[in-house]
Amino acid sequence: MDERQRVLAGLIRTASNKDVTFELDESLFDSGVLDSFALADLVAAIEKEFHISIPDSDLSPRKFESIQRIERYLDSRQ
Amino acid sequence: MAFLKAFGRYVPELVVDNAELAARLECDARWIFEVSGIAQRRFAAADELVVDMAVAAAHDCLRRAALEANEIGMLVVSSGSAEPRFPGPAASVAQRLGCGPIPAWDVPLASAGGLFGMSLANAMAPRYGTVLVVAAEKMSALAMREPLDRNVAILFGDGAGACLVSPHQGFAEISAEVLHSDGSFAGDLRAAWDTGLAMNGRTVILQAGRKLPAGIFEVLASDGVSVEDVEVFLLHQANQNLTDRVAKVVGVPVERFYSNIERYGNTSSASMLIAAAEYFAEAPASRKPVVFAAFGAGFHWGAMLVRQA
Repeated sequence: MDERQRVLAGLIRTASNKDVTFELDESLFDSGVLDSFALADLVAAIEKEFHISIPDSDLSPRKFESIQRIERYLDSRQ
Repeated sequence: MAFLKAFGRYVPELVVDNAELAARLECDARWIFEVSGIAQRRFAAADELVVDMAVAAAHDCLRRAALEANEIGMLVVSSGSAEPRFPGPAASVAQRLGCGPIPAWDVPLASAGGLFGMSLANAMAPRYGTVLVVAAEKMSALAMREPLDRNVAILFGDGAGACLVSPHQGFAEISAEVLHSDGSFAGDLRAAWDTGLAMNGRTVILQAGRKLPAGIFEVLASDGVSVEDVEVFLLHQANQNLTDRVAKVVGVPVERFYSNIERYGNTSSASMLIAAAEYFAEAPASRKPVVFAAFGAGFHWGAMLVRQA
């Protein structure tokens, strides 16, 4: 993992309140790491950490389903 | 702006607790409570229709206001679960109440229908006189349809709420409202009679968790009222965890968000009016503002601010 991936992993553990490990392409929904409310917390944490405002129109759960997908979304915002 | 004159409610007799539902859904009763805050819900009898529940709530509302049905100038009935597809329940409810040939509007909105109905009444009361708003739902007919989806089936209950809106007098005056709709996620919460109720809970929570607080802040700002000034927040009762989240974002203790979801579950468009009927039946006299807010399939959402006289 690079630095951004480690930061995202930390945000996911905090939002889910689960001290777990996961692969970069692992679905955090299928593995049960993130439920609906933890996902909402994660999105808020990403906004704060990366100093971005995510519009409601971008709030599609699939964009935040894995570290890879989150990175793809963050890259699209640059 | 018009005035709120009274609220009313009706819930069916049959109580279905989590233990009974968990046995049917092959899940843990404690899990149901943990993910929803719901301990029990009411299910309508097989022969009890949306129209029946709407009429019962309307009678309760009229009784509380000491009004007769023939004093109503217009009727609004909200329901996302009424059958048949058409006609909607409004004309039948008006006929059963004995309202005469007044305009009876159907508002086929789930969840946010009670709020949108109140807004419609606010706009139309100066033209038609006292408007009776009713929201009635038989969600069990949708959520308990085979094949059962436990993530949906645990949430919903049946019931009806009502509100009388007067152009001239009442215990509170509507001072501001905001309504919004966005069809971008229409497929994430929908019900069809042939397939039942389908919900992408992640999308719904993501969107509702933002749009409800945004609506509340917007309506408060439009009338120069601060969060601290509000006596109580009366929300669509969707999920206790969502209400907790909204309270956290709004920045007030969750105790200021009235909740009865533990007893009734999510009764869709009826829930906010049922909550209002129960809250105002026992609320201490106050002159502080009250905020209504709702979010539902569509998505449709908004908020209303009322000032107590």
